[in-house]
Amino acid sequence: MSSASAEERSLRIAQEPLLPVGQSTGFITGTWSSIKEVLAHRELLGLLVRREIKARYKDSSLGLVWSLAKPLAQLLVYYFAIGQILGVARSIPSFAIFVFVGLIVWGLFTEIVSSGTMSIVNNAGLVKKVYLPREIFPLAAVGGGLFNFGVQLIILIAATIIGGQVPLTPDLALAPLALINVIIFASAMGMLLAAVTVYLRDLQHLIEVVLTVLFWASPVVYSFSFVHAAIAGTWLEQLYLANPVTLSVLGMQKALWLAGSTESNQVNFPPDLALRLWISLFISIALLWIAQRIFSRLQGNFAQEL
Amino acid sequence: MNNMPSIVQVQNVSKRFLLHKDKSLKERIMFMGRARKQVEDFWALRDISLDIVAGSTVGLVGHNGSGKSTLLKVVGGIIQPTSGSVVRRGRMAALLELGAGFHPDLSGRENVYLNAAILGLSHNETDRHFDAIVEFSGIEDFIDTQVKFYSSGMYVRLAFAVAVHVDPDLLLVDEVLAVGDEPFQRKCMDKIAEFQADGRTIVLVSHSSDQVGRLCDRVVVLESGNMIHDGDPAQGIRVLRDGYEAVRISDLQAAHESEPVPSRLAIETVSAHTVVGPDGTDVVVQVIVDVEESMPGWGMGIAIETTLGMRIYSSDTFSLKRQLPTTIGRHVVQITLPDIRLGSGKYLVSVGLALATKETVDRRPNAASFDMPDDQHSTGLLRIRPTWKIDPSVASPV
Repeated sequence: MSSASAEERSLRIAQEPLLPVGQSTGFITGTWSSIKEVLAHRELLGLLVRREIKARYKDSSLGLVWSLAKPLAQLLVYYFAIGQILGVARSIPSFAIFVFVGLIVWGLFTEIVSSGTMSIVNNAGLVKKVYLPREIFPLAAVGGGLFNFGVQLIILIAATIIGGQVPLTPDLALAPLALINVIIFASAMGMLLAAVTVYLRDLQHLIEVVLTVLFWASPVVYSFSFVHAAIAGTWLEQLYLANPVTLSVLGMQKALWLAGSTESNQVNFPPDLALRLWISLFISIALLWIAQRIFSRLQGNFAQEL
Repeated sequence: MNNMPSIVQVQNVSKRFLLHKDKSLKERIMFMGRARKQVEDFWALRDISLDIVAGSTVGLVGHNGSGKSTLLKVVGGIIQPTSGSVVRRGRMAALLELGAGFHPDLSGRENVYLNAAILGLSHNETDRHFDAIVEFSGIEDFIDTQVKFYSSGMYVRLAFAVAVHVDPDLLLVDEVLAVGDEPFQRKCMDKIAEFQADGRTIVLVSHSSDQVGRLCDRVVVLESGNMIHDGDPAQGIRVLRDGYEAVRISDLQAAHESEPVPSRLAIETVSAHTVVGPDGTDVVVQVIVDVEESMPGWGMGIAIETTLGMRIYSSDTFSLKRQLPTTIGRHVVQITLPDIRLGSGKYLVSVGLALATKETVDRRPNAASFDMPDDQHSTGLLRIRPTWKIDPSVASPV
């Protein structure tokens, strides 16, 4: 019948090189081929992110508004319970903006990590039946987290404008650095946990607990000045500042919480914040690389373990 | 065929599965010392080597658990082999499950784009094929409805429609062709034939030897992870059926041992064989009946089935008005079925005994089998020698 097209096809196939199936486990070459594969599937990645977002708010009449409900409720609780009743707000000017900055950064981190952890298990149907670079599932979780964060960020910026605290200072340059730092660190954690959770399902519960505890290890509802007053100059303070999420929260506060730098005479930020953020960023990139290598090593058996 | 380039090369692939008995952290800690005992392993594939050339249609067959789906997943890159390697080229689409990745809350349209992207189609390509996909699936009116409201038939039709429009060089199919109603199945088969004509390579796993015989030009038979046949489809199907036959016989023996032996009238043995003569094949069925008590008017029934259980013939001595001996002792009853024109393959013979009251006293389902010889001229259930008459003056176009 259409033997001409068949011949053409066989000629084309004959010219293509035979490539090994599955992911290469080489240390450097493996990373490179994984990156290429993910890039080749970037359209699918976009569709998966959209699927998550659309499916989450499908059939609800308020839709997107719900992605704001949780941080706003938290903001309200912390503002009254901790800020007003416990009196923390007295030493923290513009307490609402301060808390909201911390909350949305922390929310971004937790969402990427917790939905990343479940990304492989929740997409078991796809993992078992279709070959895709599996990294795109944790990465889709990152995309979903970023979308929610974007919506919340718009609210935050609107609030700073209404409050007359537009953060147009040189410190604003810290914001992208702090954001990239937390995104990469969270992606590394999400990818690693996604792979390990397939083998050890208990992790999903453990992570919830750990995240709840870690919330208090970053200056979200209290300012760094409290930490500084308590453990200044000790190794504990350095340990506290070694947390990439803490550094990102501080960086975002420095960039967006204007009152912290202008109206307060407390030590709200550690010295050399930018340098610390850069170091943390490089460490996070290294962590992401290691996480991807572990992921790639473990993903070969995903289909049979799920 | 030999000058075609190979599209997949499977080299000495083995796959070992570990079966973990414990999963939770608590159990892992509790059984830490005895961890080794909690793991069982078995080999799903042992040292398989295959070279699949472009444009061929390869059927992977075998019993349940023989490793055929595992092999398909290894070729598809979904499972990594424990040892050995697979190299592949060209664009591949794996149809291991229809609608993998369909999200129930999204509309049919959104799912088409998502599923097409999963199978490796870009947005622009999907745009180009979108109308054809919807038309093939036949659900134009519901394309903007959420998929969770679809009937299961609509669901698989849409999924299959996406899959066949992906334009793969290599298509992996795992038992998904048996979906939809009959017209849709025919549509699928037409599409497969079109794929073959286009020179695409198809690797399919199927339980239907009928389907494999019709579609494939090469059959690989697997048995508990080993490749026991690779090549000619008709021979492969015979190898597979002989395997089924062994299972059937051992099942029968097991069933027979547990059954209490009926006393008055019983079938002792049933055997069947073919006699190939110059003008046709006769089937001779021999039944040895044990009569322990004189039983006037008893009768015997005989039936022939295909290995897939389709009854193609049945008759009994009651409707044939034939008397059987009533004296006590062993009687050999020989039934000759002359000039049977059945297609090549294995057929099963069932025999039953009944009293004059039509009460069944002994039944031997699939008690014997016979093989019809190969037919070079045709395939199918019937063996027909057609005569062709071509009259050009009538058929010529106006």
